[in-house]
Amino acid sequence: MAESSSEYIQHHLTNLTYGRHPDGTWGFASTAQEAMDMGFVAVNVDSMGWAIALGVLFCAVFWTAARRATAGVPGGLQNAVEMLVDFIDDTVSSIFSHRNELIAPLALTIFVWVFLMNLMDLVPVDWIPQLAHALGVPYMKVVPTTDPNVTMGMALTVFALILFYSIREKGPLGFLKELAFHPFPKILAPINLILEGVTLVAKPLSLGLRLFGNLYAGEMIFILIALMYSGWVIGVFGGVLQWAWAVFHVLIIILQAFIFAVLTVVYLAQAYDVEEEH
Amino acid sequence: MNITATLLAQSAVFLIFVWFCHRFIWPFLRQAMRERQKTIADGLEAAEQAQKDLEAAQDRADERLREAREEARQIVDQARGQAAQMIEQARAEAREEGERLKQAAAAEVEQDVNRVKEALRGQVASLAVQGAERILSDSIDRRRHGELLDRLAAEL
Repeated sequence: MAESSSEYIQHHLTNLTYGRHPDGTWGFASTAQEAMDMGFVAVNVDSMGWAIALGVLFCAVFWTAARRATAGVPGGLQNAVEMLVDFIDDTVSSIFSHRNELIAPLALTIFVWVFLMNLMDLVPVDWIPQLAHALGVPYMKVVPTTDPNVTMGMALTVFALILFYSIREKGPLGFLKELAFHPFPKILAPINLILEGVTLVAKPLSLGLRLFGNLYAGEMIFILIALMYSGWVIGVFGGVLQWAWAVFHVLIIILQAFIFAVLTVVYLAQAYDVEEEH
Repeated sequence: MNITATLLAQSAVFLIFVWFCHRFIWPFLRQAMRERQKTIADGLEAAEQAQKDLEAAQDRADERLREAREEARQIVDQARGQAAQMIEQARAEAREEGERLKQAAAAEVEQDVNRVKEALRGQVASLAVQGAERILSDSIDRRRHGELLDRLAAEL
Protein backbone atom coordinates (compact mmCIF):
# COMPACT_ATOMS: atom_id res chain seq x y z
CA MET A 1 0.00 0.00 0.00
CA ALA A 2 1.76 3.10 -1.20
CA GLU A 3 -0.85 5.53 0.04
CA SER A 4 -1.10 6.68 3.64
CA SER A 5 -3.87 5.53 5.97
CA SER A 6 -5.92 8.68 5.57
CA GLU A 7 -5.60 8.49 1.79
CA TYR A 8 -6.66 4.87 1.92
CA ILE A 9 -9.71 5.69 3.97
CA GLN A 10 -10.51 8.71 1.84
CA HIS A 11 -10.23 6.60 -1.27
CA HIS A 12 -12.66 4.06 0.11
CA LEU A 13 -15.18 6.73 1.00
CA THR A 14 -15.20 8.48 -2.36
CA ASN A 15 -17.88 7.72 -4.89
CA LEU A 16 -17.32 7.30 -8.58
CA THR A 17 -19.12 10.45 -9.68
CA TYR A 18 -20.27 11.44 -13.12
CA GLY A 19 -21.56 14.92 -13.63
CA ARG A 20 -21.05 18.40 -14.98
CA HIS A 21 -17.76 20.03 -14.20
CA PRO A 22 -17.83 23.70 -13.20
CA ASP A 23 -16.47 24.56 -16.66
CA GLY A 24 -19.57 23.05 -18.26
CA THR A 25 -18.09 19.80 -19.57
CA TRP A 26 -19.45 16.41 -18.55
CA GLY A 27 -17.35 13.58 -17.22
CA PHE A 28 -16.20 11.52 -14.29
CA ALA A 29 -14.69 13.31 -11.33
CA SER A 30 -11.12 12.19 -10.88
CA THR A 31 -10.81 13.45 -7.32
CA ALA A 32 -13.13 13.95 -4.38
CA GLN A 33 -12.68 17.71 -4.77
CA GLU A 34 -13.80 17.60 -8.37
CA ALA A 35 -16.87 15.62 -7.36
CA MET A 36 -17.59 18.22 -4.70
CA ASP A 37 -17.30 21.01 -7.23
CA MET A 38 -19.94 19.40 -9.44
CA GLY A 39 -22.58 20.25 -6.88
CA PHE A 40 -26.00 18.73 -7.35
CA VAL A 41 -25.71 17.92 -11.02
CA ALA A 42 -23.85 14.67 -10.53
CA VAL A 43 -24.62 11.02 -10.12
CA ASN A 44 -22.76 8.54 -7.99
CA VAL A 45 -22.40 5.92 -10.69
CA ASP A 46 -21.08 3.22 -8.37
CA SER A 47 -23.90 3.58 -5.82
CA MET A 48 -26.53 3.67 -8.51
CA GLY A 49 -24.94 0.87 -10.48
CA TRP A 50 -24.80 -1.48 -7.53
CA ALA A 51 -28.23 -0.44 -6.31
CA ILE A 52 -29.78 -1.10 -9.70
CA ALA A 53 -27.88 -4.36 -10.14
CA LEU A 54 -29.05 -5.61 -6.75
CA GLY A 55 -32.58 -4.39 -7.37
CA VAL A 56 -32.62 -6.20 -10.69
CA LEU A 57 -31.28 -9.29 -8.94
CA PHE A 58 -34.14 -9.03 -6.45
CA CYS A 59 -36.69 -8.59 -9.21
CA ALA A 60 -35.22 -11.39 -11.31
CA VAL A 61 -35.14 -13.92 -8.49
CA PHE A 62 -38.57 -13.07 -7.17
CA TRP A 63 -40.04 -12.77 -10.64
CA THR A 64 -38.70 -16.21 -11.52
CA ALA A 65 -40.29 -17.58 -8.39
CA ALA A 66 -43.54 -15.73 -9.07
CA ARG A 67 -43.72 -16.94 -12.66
CA ARG A 68 -43.17 -20.54 -11.66
CA ALA A 69 -45.35 -20.24 -8.59
CA THR A 70 -47.99 -22.94 -8.52
CA ALA A 71 -50.30 -24.21 -5.86
CA GLY A 72 -48.46 -27.51 -6.07
CA VAL A 73 -45.47 -28.64 -4.08
CA PRO A 74 -43.06 -25.69 -3.95
CA GLY A 75 -39.41 -26.06 -4.87
CA GLY A 76 -36.45 -24.67 -2.96
CA LEU A 77 -36.49 -21.20 -4.49
CA GLN A 78 -40.23 -20.87 -4.24
CA ASN A 79 -40.13 -21.99 -0.63
CA ALA A 80 -37.52 -19.42 0.29
CA VAL A 81 -39.30 -16.63 -1.57
CA GLU A 82 -42.68 -17.57 -0.14
CA MET A 83 -41.26 -17.64 3.36
CA LEU A 84 -40.12 -14.05 2.90
CA VAL A 85 -43.41 -13.02 1.33
CA ASP A 86 -45.34 -14.64 4.14
CA PHE A 87 -43.13 -13.01 6.74
CA ILE A 88 -43.59 -9.57 5.19
CA ASP A 89 -47.31 -10.15 4.73
CA ASP A 90 -47.71 -11.08 8.40
CA THR A 91 -45.68 -8.09 9.51
CA VAL A 92 -47.57 -5.67 7.28
CA SER A 93 -51.01 -6.96 8.17
CA SER A 94 -50.20 -6.69 11.88
CA ILE A 95 -49.27 -3.02 11.48
CA PHE A 96 -51.29 -1.77 8.54
CA SER A 97 -54.99 -2.48 8.93
CA HIS A 98 -56.28 -0.45 6.00
CA ARG A 99 -56.81 -1.65 2.49
CA ASN A 100 -53.90 -0.82 0.24
CA GLU A 101 -52.44 -3.32 -2.18
CA LEU A 102 -49.24 -1.35 -2.56
CA ILE A 103 -48.00 -1.45 1.01
CA ALA A 104 -46.98 -5.11 1.25
CA PRO A 105 -45.06 -5.19 -2.06
CA LEU A 106 -43.47 -1.91 -1.02
CA ALA A 107 -42.33 -3.41 2.26
CA LEU A 108 -41.05 -6.53 0.51
CA THR A 109 -39.09 -4.48 -2.01
CA ILE A 110 -37.58 -2.32 0.71
CA PHE A 111 -36.69 -5.26 2.93
CA VAL A 112 -35.04 -7.41 0.28
CA TRP A 113 -33.44 -4.61 -1.68
CA VAL A 114 -32.01 -2.83 1.35
CA PHE A 115 -30.85 -6.17 2.70
CA LEU A 116 -29.03 -6.95 -0.55
CA MET A 117 -27.45 -3.51 -0.61
CA ASN A 118 -26.38 -3.91 3.00
CA LEU A 119 -25.06 -7.36 2.20
CA MET A 120 -22.43 -5.81 -0.03
CA ASP A 121 -20.86 -4.62 3.22
CA LEU A 122 -19.78 -8.18 3.93
CA VAL A 123 -17.71 -8.33 0.76
CA PRO A 124 -14.15 -7.64 1.93
CA VAL A 125 -13.65 -3.92 1.47
CA ASP A 126 -10.71 -4.15 -0.93
CA TRP A 127 -11.85 -6.79 -3.36
CA ILE A 128 -14.07 -4.88 -5.71
CA PRO A 129 -12.32 -1.47 -5.45
CA GLN A 130 -8.99 -3.13 -6.22
CA LEU A 131 -10.51 -4.97 -9.13
CA ALA A 132 -12.06 -1.75 -10.39
CA HIS A 133 -8.72 -0.01 -9.94
CA ALA A 134 -7.04 -2.68 -12.04
CA LEU A 135 -9.68 -2.02 -14.70
CA GLY A 136 -8.90 1.70 -14.58
CA VAL A 137 -11.86 2.88 -12.53
CA PRO A 138 -10.51 5.28 -9.90
CA TYR A 139 -13.23 4.95 -7.26
CA MET A 140 -15.70 2.23 -6.41
CA LYS A 141 -17.97 2.24 -3.38
CA VAL A 142 -19.80 -1.04 -3.42
CA VAL A 143 -22.27 -0.57 -0.57
CA PRO A 144 -25.05 1.69 -1.88
CA THR A 145 -26.57 2.14 1.57
CA THR A 146 -23.39 3.87 2.79
CA ASP A 147 -24.27 6.63 0.34
CA PRO A 148 -26.67 9.13 1.97
CA ASN A 149 -28.07 9.90 -1.48
CA VAL A 150 -29.32 6.36 -1.76
CA THR A 151 -30.84 6.08 1.71
CA MET A 152 -32.31 9.57 1.63
CA GLY A 153 -33.59 8.97 -1.87
CA MET A 154 -35.59 6.06 -0.57
CA ALA A 155 -36.61 7.88 2.61
CA LEU A 156 -37.84 10.89 0.65
CA THR A 157 -39.82 8.63 -1.66
CA VAL A 158 -41.44 7.12 1.39
CA PHE A 159 -42.05 10.66 2.64
CA ALA A 160 -43.74 11.54 -0.63
CA LEU A 161 -45.94 8.47 -0.23
CA ILE A 162 -46.77 9.53 3.33
CA LEU A 163 -47.83 12.98 2.12
CA PHE A 164 -49.72 11.50 -0.82
CA TYR A 165 -51.71 9.05 1.27
CA SER A 166 -52.28 11.57 4.09
CA ILE A 167 -53.79 14.04 1.67
CA ARG A 168 -55.69 11.40 -0.26
CA GLU A 169 -57.19 9.85 2.87
CA LYS A 170 -57.85 13.02 4.89
CA GLY A 171 -58.03 15.71 2.24
CA PRO A 172 -55.66 18.68 2.21
CA LEU A 173 -57.69 20.43 4.90
CA GLY A 174 -58.00 17.38 7.07
CA PHE A 175 -54.28 16.79 6.87
CA LEU A 176 -53.59 20.42 7.74
CA LYS A 177 -56.03 20.20 10.64
CA GLU A 178 -54.24 17.17 11.91
CA LEU A 179 -50.99 19.09 11.85
CA ALA A 180 -52.45 22.26 13.38
CA PHE A 181 -54.76 20.95 16.09
CA HIS A 182 -52.44 18.45 17.72
CA PRO A 183 -51.19 17.91 20.32
CA PHE A 184 -52.37 21.17 21.98
CA PRO A 185 -55.80 22.82 21.76
CA LYS A 186 -56.71 24.75 18.62
CA ILE A 187 -55.70 28.12 20.08
CA LEU A 188 -52.08 27.03 20.00
CA ALA A 189 -52.22 26.13 16.32
CA PRO A 190 -48.89 27.76 15.36
CA ILE A 191 -47.07 25.83 18.05
CA ASN A 192 -48.84 22.67 16.98
CA LEU A 193 -47.82 23.30 13.38
CA ILE A 194 -44.20 23.66 14.36
CA LEU A 195 -44.24 20.56 16.54
CA GLU A 196 -46.10 18.40 14.06
CA GLY A 197 -44.03 19.77 11.19
CA VAL A 198 -40.87 18.71 12.96
CA THR A 199 -42.37 15.30 13.68
CA LEU A 200 -43.34 14.95 10.06
CA VAL A 201 -39.98 15.97 8.68
CA ALA A 202 -38.19 13.84 11.25
CA LYS A 203 -39.78 10.75 9.74
CA PRO A 204 -37.87 10.62 6.47
CA LEU A 205 -34.75 12.08 8.06
CA SER A 206 -34.59 9.46 10.76
CA LEU A 207 -35.49 6.75 8.28
CA GLY A 208 -32.75 7.62 5.81
CA LEU A 209 -30.08 8.70 8.24
CA ARG A 210 -30.50 5.68 10.51
CA LEU A 211 -29.81 3.30 7.67
CA PHE A 212 -27.00 5.44 6.33
CA GLY A 213 -25.40 5.92 9.75
CA ASN A 214 -25.47 2.24 10.66
CA LEU A 215 -24.03 1.09 7.37
CA TYR A 216 -21.54 3.91 7.07
CA ALA A 217 -20.19 3.18 10.54
CA GLY A 218 -20.04 -0.52 9.80
CA GLU A 219 -18.21 0.11 6.55
CA MET A 220 -15.82 2.46 8.34
CA ILE A 221 -14.97 -0.20 10.87
CA PHE A 222 -14.28 -2.70 8.10
CA ILE A 223 -11.99 -0.14 6.49
CA LEU A 224 -10.17 0.49 9.77
CA ILE A 225 -9.74 -3.23 10.29
CA ALA A 226 -8.48 -3.54 6.73
CA LEU A 227 -5.77 -1.01 7.64
CA MET A 228 -4.32 -3.61 10.02
CA TYR A 229 -3.23 -5.90 7.20
CA SER A 230 0.31 -4.54 7.28
CA GLY A 231 2.18 -7.14 9.29
CA TRP A 232 1.81 -10.82 10.00
CA VAL A 233 0.86 -10.71 13.67
CA ILE A 234 -1.40 -7.71 13.49
CA GLY A 235 -2.73 -8.98 10.19
CA VAL A 236 -3.92 -12.23 11.76
CA PHE A 237 -5.46 -10.24 14.59
CA GLY A 238 -7.14 -8.06 11.99
CA GLY A 239 -8.49 -11.15 10.26
CA VAL A 240 -10.05 -12.36 13.49
CA LEU A 241 -11.53 -8.91 14.10
CA GLN A 242 -12.91 -8.70 10.61
CA TRP A 243 -14.55 -12.09 10.96
CA ALA A 244 -16.04 -11.15 14.35
CA TRP A 245 -17.32 -7.82 13.04
CA ALA A 246 -18.75 -9.48 9.94
CA VAL A 247 -20.67 -11.94 12.09
CA PHE A 248 -22.05 -9.10 14.16
CA HIS A 249 -22.73 -7.13 11.02
CA VAL A 250 -24.93 -9.89 9.66
CA LEU A 251 -27.32 -9.00 12.43
CA ILE A 252 -27.10 -5.29 11.68
CA ILE A 253 -27.74 -5.53 7.96
CA ILE A 254 -30.83 -7.67 8.42
CA LEU A 255 -32.08 -5.56 11.30
CA GLN A 256 -31.61 -2.27 9.45
CA ALA A 257 -33.36 -3.59 6.37
CA PHE A 258 -36.23 -4.79 8.53
CA ILE A 259 -36.42 -1.52 10.48
CA PHE A 260 -36.54 0.50 7.27
CA ALA A 261 -39.35 -1.66 5.91
CA VAL A 262 -41.36 -1.75 9.13
CA LEU A 263 -41.02 1.98 9.83
CA THR A 264 -42.18 2.71 6.30
CA VAL A 265 -45.28 0.64 6.93
CA VAL A 266 -45.81 2.29 10.32
CA TYR A 267 -45.54 5.79 8.82
CA LEU A 268 -47.94 4.90 6.04
CA ALA A 269 -50.35 3.42 8.56
CA GLN A 270 -50.17 6.74 10.43
CA ALA A 271 -50.93 8.53 7.19
CA TYR A 272 -54.15 6.52 7.02
CA ASP A 273 -55.07 6.67 10.71
CA VAL A 274 -57.32 9.51 11.71
CA GLU A 275 -56.27 10.73 15.10
CA GLU A 276 -58.96 11.44 17.62
CA GLU A 277 -60.09 15.04 18.09
CA HIS A 278 -58.64 17.09 20.92
CA MET B 1 -20.71 12.41 0.46
CA ASN B 2 -22.38 15.45 -1.03
CA ILE B 3 -26.01 15.36 -1.90
CA THR B 4 -26.40 15.05 -5.65
CA ALA B 5 -28.89 14.03 -8.30
CA THR B 6 -28.16 10.47 -7.16
CA LEU B 7 -30.94 11.18 -4.71
CA LEU B 8 -33.48 11.59 -7.50
CA ALA B 9 -32.09 8.69 -9.48
CA GLN B 10 -32.34 6.41 -6.48
CA SER B 11 -35.87 7.61 -5.83
CA ALA B 12 -36.90 6.84 -9.40
CA VAL B 13 -35.23 3.43 -9.36
CA PHE B 14 -36.88 2.68 -6.05
CA LEU B 15 -40.32 3.49 -7.42
CA ILE B 16 -39.69 1.34 -10.49
CA PHE B 17 -38.71 -1.65 -8.38
CA VAL B 18 -41.70 -1.17 -6.09
CA TRP B 19 -43.97 -0.94 -9.12
CA PHE B 20 -42.44 -4.08 -10.60
CA CYS B 21 -42.83 -5.97 -7.33
CA HIS B 22 -46.42 -4.73 -6.98
CA ARG B 23 -47.30 -5.60 -10.56
CA PHE B 24 -45.38 -8.76 -11.39
CA ILE B 25 -44.22 -10.45 -8.19
CA TRP B 26 -46.46 -9.99 -5.19
CA PRO B 27 -49.89 -10.90 -6.66
CA PHE B 28 -48.66 -14.12 -8.28
CA LEU B 29 -46.87 -15.34 -5.19
CA ARG B 30 -49.78 -14.51 -2.93
CA GLN B 31 -52.17 -16.14 -5.37
CA ALA B 32 -50.12 -19.33 -5.49
CA MET B 33 -49.81 -19.36 -1.72
CA ARG B 34 -53.51 -18.81 -1.21
CA GLU B 35 -54.33 -21.54 -3.69
CA ARG B 36 -51.97 -23.95 -2.01
CA GLN B 37 -53.44 -23.08 1.36
CA LYS B 38 -56.85 -23.84 -0.01
CA THR B 39 -55.66 -27.06 -1.62
CA ILE B 40 -54.10 -28.21 1.62
CA ALA B 41 -57.16 -27.23 3.61
CA ASP B 42 -59.39 -29.08 1.14
CA GLY B 43 -57.10 -32.09 1.25
CA LEU B 44 -57.17 -32.19 5.02
CA GLU B 45 -60.91 -31.82 5.02
CA ALA B 46 -61.26 -34.61 2.45
CA ALA B 47 -58.99 -36.83 4.50
CA GLU B 48 -61.08 -36.16 7.56
CA GLN B 49 -64.25 -36.88 5.61
CA ALA B 50 -62.75 -40.09 4.27
CA GLN B 51 -61.81 -41.10 7.78
CA LYS B 52 -65.38 -40.50 8.90
CA ASP B 53 -66.73 -42.42 5.91
CA LEU B 54 -64.42 -45.29 6.69
CA GLU B 55 -65.57 -45.37 10.27
CA ALA B 56 -69.21 -45.32 9.18
CA ALA B 57 -68.57 -48.10 6.68
CA GLN B 58 -66.84 -50.12 9.34
CA ASP B 59 -69.77 -49.59 11.67
CA ARG B 60 -72.15 -50.67 8.95
CA ALA B 61 -70.05 -53.73 8.21
CA ASP B 62 -69.99 -54.62 11.88
CA GLU B 63 -73.73 -54.21 12.04
CA ARG B 64 -74.25 -56.42 9.02
CA LEU B 65 -71.92 -59.04 10.42
CA ARG B 66 -73.76 -59.02 13.70
CA GLU B 67 -77.09 -59.32 11.87
CA ALA B 68 -75.80 -62.19 9.74
CA ARG B 69 -74.48 -63.97 12.78
CA GLU B 70 -77.81 -63.53 14.51
CA GLU B 71 -79.65 -64.80 11.47
CA ALA B 72 -77.38 -67.82 11.19
CA ARG B 73 -77.93 -68.59 14.83
CA GLN B 74 -81.69 -68.35 14.32
CA ILE B 75 -81.53 -70.63 11.29
CA VAL B 76 -79.48 -73.19 13.18
CA ASP B 77 -81.85 -73.03 16.12
CA GLN B 78 -84.82 -73.40 13.84
CA ALA B 79 -83.23 -76.33 12.03
CA ARG B 80 -82.39 -77.94 15.31
CA GLY B 81 -85.99 -77.52 16.49
CA GLN B 82 -87.33 -78.83 13.24
CA ALA B 83 -85.06 -81.87 13.42
CA ALA B 84 -86.20 -82.62 16.96
CA GLN B 85 -89.76 -82.23 15.84
CA MET B 86 -89.24 -84.53 12.89
CA ILE B 87 -87.61 -87.13 15.09
CA GLU B 88 -90.49 -86.85 17.52
CA GLN B 89 -93.01 -87.14 14.74
CA ALA B 90 -91.23 -90.15 13.24
CA ARG B 91 -91.13 -91.72 16.62
CA ALA B 92 -94.85 -91.12 17.14
CA GLU B 93 -95.68 -92.45 13.70
CA ALA B 94 -93.58 -95.53 14.32
CA ARG B 95 -95.25 -96.03 17.62
CA GLU B 96 -98.66 -95.63 16.01
CA GLU B 97 -97.76 -97.97 13.19
CA GLY B 98 -96.56 -100.54 15.69
CA GLU B 99 -99.73 -100.20 17.62
CA ARG B 100 -101.76 -100.59 14.51
CA LEU B 101 -99.84 -103.65 13.42
CA LYS B 102 -100.18 -105.09 16.84
CA GLN B 103 -103.93 -104.50 16.81
CA ALA B 104 -104.26 -105.97 13.33
CA ALA B 105 -102.34 -109.02 14.41
CA ALA B 106 -104.48 -109.28 17.51
CA ALA B 107 -107.64 -108.99 15.41
CA GLU B 108 -106.36 -111.64 13.08
CA VAL B 109 -105.56 -113.88 15.96
CA GLU B 110 -109.03 -113.36 17.37
CA GLN B 111 -110.55 -114.05 13.99
CA ASP B 112 -108.54 -117.19 13.73
CA VAL B 113 -109.62 -118.17 17.22
CA ASN B 114 -113.26 -117.54 16.33
CA ARG B 115 -112.90 -119.44 13.14
CA VAL B 116 -111.32 -122.32 14.99
CA LYS B 117 -114.01 -122.09 17.66
CA GLU B 118 -116.65 -122.18 14.95
CA ALA B 119 -115.01 -125.16 13.36
CA LEU B 120 -114.57 -126.80 16.69
CA ARG B 121 -118.19 -126.09 17.55
CA GLY B 122 -119.29 -127.71 14.32
CA GLN B 123 -117.02 -130.65 14.93
CA VAL B 124 -118.12 -130.92 18.56
CA ALA B 125 -121.74 -130.87 17.36
CA SER B 126 -121.08 -133.55 14.81
CA LEU B 127 -119.07 -135.52 17.34
CA ALA B 128 -121.90 -135.13 19.80
CA VAL B 129 -124.35 -136.19 17.14
CA GLN B 130 -122.14 -139.13 16.17
CA GLY B 131 -121.82 -139.99 19.88
CA ALA B 132 -125.50 -139.74 20.42
CA GLU B 133 -126.12 -141.71 17.24
CA ARG B 134 -123.81 -144.35 18.49
CA ILE B 135 -125.49 -144.28 21.86
CA LEU B 136 -128.98 -144.09 20.60
CA SER B 137 -128.18 -146.02 17.40
CA ASP B 138 -130.81 -145.09 15.04
CA SER B 139 -133.22 -143.66 17.62
CA ILE B 140 -132.71 -140.17 16.47
CA ASP B 141 -133.66 -139.32 13.00
CA ARG B 142 -131.05 -137.01 11.58
CA ARG B 143 -133.61 -135.37 9.53
CA ARG B 144 -136.10 -134.88 12.28
CA HIS B 145 -133.78 -133.73 14.92
CA GLY B 146 -131.58 -131.65 12.67
CA GLU B 147 -133.03 -128.41 13.94
CA LEU B 148 -132.46 -129.40 17.52
CA LEU B 149 -128.89 -130.34 16.77
CA ASP B 150 -128.17 -126.99 15.07
CA ARG B 151 -129.47 -125.12 18.08
CA LEU B 152 -127.24 -127.25 20.24
CA ALA B 153 -124.24 -126.48 18.04
CA ALA B 154 -124.99 -122.72 18.26
CA GLU B 155 -125.16 -122.87 22.00
CA LEU B 156 -121.69 -124.53 22.19
